[in-house]
Amino acid sequence: MTSLDVGTAEAAEGVNAAVAMGDVMQKIAEHKGCGTSGGSGKASCGSGAGEGDLPTEIWEKVKNHPCYSEEAHHHYARMHVAVAPACNIQCNYCNRKYDCANESRPGVVSEKLTPEQAAKKVLAVASTIPQMTVLGIAGPGDPLANPEKTFKTFDLISRTAPDIKLCLSTNGLALPDHVDTIAGYNVDHVTITINMVDPEVGAKIYPWVFWKHKRYTGVEAAKLLTDRQLQGLEMLTERGILCKVNSVMIPGINDKHLVEVNKAVKSRGAFLHNIMPLISAPEHGTVFGLNGQRGPSAQELKALQDSCEGEMNMMRHCRQCRADAVGLLGEDRSAEFTTEKIMAMEVDYDLESRKAYQEKVEEERVAKVAAKQEELATLAGAASDIKLLIAVATKGSGLINEHFGHAKEFQVYELSTSGAKFVGHRRVDLYCQGGYGDEDSLETVIRAINDCHAVFVAKIGGCPKNDLIKAGIEPVDQFAHEFIEKSAIAWFKAYLDKVNSGEIEHQERGDAEIRQGALINAA
Amino acid sequence: MTLKIIASQCTSCSACEPECPNVAITEKNGTFVIDPKKCTECIGHFDAPQCAAVCPVDNTCVIDNAYPRYQAPA
Repeated sequence: MTSLDVGTAEAAEGVNAAVAMGDVMQKIAEHKGCGTSGGSGKASCGSGAGEGDLPTEIWEKVKNHPCYSEEAHHHYARMHVAVAPACNIQCNYCNRKYDCANESRPGVVSEKLTPEQAAKKVLAVASTIPQMTVLGIAGPGDPLANPEKTFKTFDLISRTAPDIKLCLSTNGLALPDHVDTIAGYNVDHVTITINMVDPEVGAKIYPWVFWKHKRYTGVEAAKLLTDRQLQGLEMLTERGILCKVNSVMIPGINDKHLVEVNKAVKSRGAFLHNIMPLISAPEHGTVFGLNGQRGPSAQELKALQDSCEGEMNMMRHCRQCRADAVGLLGEDRSAEFTTEKIMAMEVDYDLESRKAYQEKVEEERVAKVAAKQEELATLAGAASDIKLLIAVATKGSGLINEHFGHAKEFQVYELSTSGAKFVGHRRVDLYCQGGYGDEDSLETVIRAINDCHAVFVAKIGGCPKNDLIKAGIEPVDQFAHEFIEKSAIAWFKAYLDKVNSGEIEHQERGDAEIRQGALINAA
Repeated sequence: MTLKIIASQCTSCSACEPECPNVAITEKNGTFVIDPKKCTECIGHFDAPQCAAVCPVDNTCVIDNAYPRYQAPA
């Protein structure tokens, strides 16, 4: 994954901004009300934090960034442009030879773009999808291993679409060399993938790194990488740039170690930690895919995320998207914007209508939060230790607005007397293709949400309904097109009443599977 | 000799292009190629050929035995 000159006037401004941001970072450090217990109406924190939970300056930065705010990801879209094909390290979960159009995972793209093509694509997408607020460069290699292409792209976009937030995602090896340039382009969100802080662990994940004209291997390579990553993280947070740390959870290799990583990045000012499951299948041709290294189960992933949450904000809504993804997280509209199509498009970049649309989105959000608070108030005083998960079929906007059979993923909420908290999502193959689903795909869905007590949908057919009930998952369609959290709390209240009256007995659910392999995009 | 890029293995990631001290690497028909007239195997520049050191696919930037060994100018 990374120079341009910054004028002296801008550089001076940068220094002032850095001083002001020192206060902000202090506020982040003081902001620790992120426990899992929730309590006073704060059902969740961290990536799920709302306006009331964060210092104003931070909230302004993350409120319409879908990757930095769980709350925002229901409403705002992002896009990645694949201008950075080269990489400077090798990871055992990545094989650049095996890119495939049907796959949704990092490092995969359908076509490379020049910075000029990328700038045109951004304008085309922003004009078509007014809620697209964020442009990220995430590869398919490393943006900072392609510094000219990456910064040329930022330069072009900052001139033509100044309202779009710029961000990038890097492995961190080249990061310390480019921090000033990043700050110069007002990139205020940077993601670093940090899988270890112990080179012995790193040697099992990274076969080599290429640095200063030399290939390093083994522990030496991992030591170099971790030193550069942590140095880069410190340099960014000193400048007030929000940093998210991505970590890939690899059972048996770094799963326990990620608690140490969490502490190390927190102490260096990272804003958010995103622990993602390893995606590993033989057909990917990766070292881990071929040697049978498994990914974590849903319960293993959640347990690790929960154990880190007391320490800092955790992200649980990451979809591990492609380096050319377009749209809301969980949807991919990249096929609508191929180079051929965008070059043929007449683009009229209308800043005003984008603003107007986004104001509407804000109204929707306010309504959603109000509905949740209102419902939450009715839970006040309820005493129960019961915590359970539910799955929700949604197309976005925080509503239960997707048909069971059309859902490509389910969002998972944890319900307790403190409210409804977003804790993850499960990818599923399309269950209903061409109108009539088959048994196998329904079984796939059940395996993916097997840890949930209920599934909330806008609509569901009779057959899958019965099969879900048989599997112990209650299909709930009575809240169609209503707000997710409000509905979930209302349902949970009724559930507790039934348990208290002895009508039903509360039972724990089993584990669920995190889907691996290719996602067949039927759209 | 010179190095060559095995086209069927090249992912066209472009990592080698800026690393070449001789500017011998260019994109051609979707993959990258090394100009044998310009390649010096990085002798005199670096300890190891840079294209091979940065390439993400093993055994893709390899010595091309069709050419005589590069002789550094005296």
